[in-house]
Amino acid sequence: METLLELRDIHHWYGGFHAVDGVSLNLAQGEVLGLLGPNGAGKSTTMRILSGALVPTGGRVLIQGLDMARQPLQTRRLLGYLPEQPPLYPNLTVDEYLTFAARLRGVPRRQRHGALATAKEQCGLQDHGRRLIGHLSKGYQQRVGIAQALIHRPALVVLDEPTSGLDPNQIREIRDLIRGLGEDHGVLLSTHILPEVEMVCDRVCIMDRGRLVFSDRLDRLRGRNDGLLIQLQQPPPLEQLQQLPGVAGVEPLGEGRFQLTLDEDADSAVIAERSVRNGWILRELMPRRRNLEQVFVDLTSGARAA
Amino acid sequence: MLAIALKDLRGLFLSPLAWGLMAVMQLLLAWLFLVQLEGFLELQPRLAAMAGSPGVTGLVVVPLLDSAAVVLMLLVPLLGMGAFSREYSAGTLDLLLSSPVSIPRLVLGKYLALLTVIGLLWLLTALMPLSLLLGTRLDLGRLAAGLLGLGLAAAAYGAVALFFSSLTRQPAVAAVASYGLLLLLWLIDLAGGDLLPRLALGARYRHLLEGLVLSGDLIYFLLLILAALLLTMRRLGDRRLQG
Repeated sequence: METLLELRDIHHWYGGFHAVDGVSLNLAQGEVLGLLGPNGAGKSTTMRILSGALVPTGGRVLIQGLDMARQPLQTRRLLGYLPEQPPLYPNLTVDEYLTFAARLRGVPRRQRHGALATAKEQCGLQDHGRRLIGHLSKGYQQRVGIAQALIHRPALVVLDEPTSGLDPNQIREIRDLIRGLGEDHGVLLSTHILPEVEMVCDRVCIMDRGRLVFSDRLDRLRGRNDGLLIQLQQPPPLEQLQQLPGVAGVEPLGEGRFQLTLDEDADSAVIAERSVRNGWILRELMPRRRNLEQVFVDLTSGARAA
Repeated sequence: MLAIALKDLRGLFLSPLAWGLMAVMQLLLAWLFLVQLEGFLELQPRLAAMAGSPGVTGLVVVPLLDSAAVVLMLLVPLLGMGAFSREYSAGTLDLLLSSPVSIPRLVLGKYLALLTVIGLLWLLTALMPLSLLLGTRLDLGRLAAGLLGLGLAAAAYGAVALFFSSLTRQPAVAAVASYGLLLLLWLIDLAGGDLLPRLALGARYRHLLEGLVLSGDLIYFLLLILAALLLTMRRLGDRRLQG
């Protein structure tokens, strides 16, 4: 896949505070990347840097191979950005505001009308064009903020906590919208809601105290086997279990339950078949998967304790 | 650039502030104008007897323009105070900074919007002395010089207000700071010496009111505007670096 966005060793200092410490990441066209992290981990700073609103103290940002520091106007034309606080003017109507956003991003006059209609439709704002932004509810304001980021059909969409402050229905709608966007734009979103990342993103990066501590595809995270949990009614001695093909370690949990650590190429079907053949009476066999929450807690709280 | 100017103009005219300021200014100046005119009419018989006496231009128009410059000094900072500070506090500056618009264009767009409103105020002021043309003859050269001076001074007020607006999130602080600097510049020639009177805004404006168009004075106003705008651009560039 074509690389859309590349961050190379980004550093940022606020006075003496090292907010972003050597972050490098890539985003491909058509990919939704979730940036996770506890509050104050440097997510928003990173987002602001790659939106061009903040110049990093060190490192490079490349969008479609163009260096943001050297060609600021061309690169900024390629991206749409929703800051943490949606950048709205309460005394403009939705149409006026989106027209302004389109002009600001250099959408040619002829295409402006169409761009406006498409963005409003994508964000469910068709009936709100003439309402004043200041009179809209928080959820609709958030949608206007997203529409503003999409109006010039940018290659890269950067959304900073797009679902904050919304009710559950609105959150679902926005998530569907983001998933839809991932089909033809590259999307980078930051959040601290873990299920959101699991539902929406292809890949996840976790930041903690300015560093990127984890980056992997979600399907790989889901597919990774961290072992098996089995329950046997008539368990054999521990050594017999250890000798099963693919089993690296066994840990008894009591009441016939065992936690098996597996080799890379282990096959749980073989283990099930053996236990049946040996008459151990298999009651339960459950693969233990690392989920995102575990990874998140391990990485971010572990680092803090150290 | 134009998009920003139009957006700001819309913002200014959608708020009651611009309308209120225009109304207040018209009221004050119209009252001053009528007082001056009445005084002139009382004096007129005696003036007619004197040779080389100041005419209606000197006795009505010049004092009016003199007060207009002071009234505008009070009003223009109020118009310009929100230009950037409101963008800061609403978080909308990130929208402007992340869009493909360079900082000079951003600043010029904002200044253009401010100049448009200032131009409107200037036009409203100019109409009062011009209305005298219905009944009498004016020294048009002197009037033109005075109006040029008023326009330049108001444009300089606007640039200064824009600069202070880029320094703070709070519009009121920006307005107060602009008053401070402008009043200081207006009054700085109260002190003697060689250098300070050269910086005085009021004295230079009075040259123009006397019909004296000196290139040094024009350059003074243009430099003041340029310096304020360049400092504003510089300040926004710094903001992008520091966050």
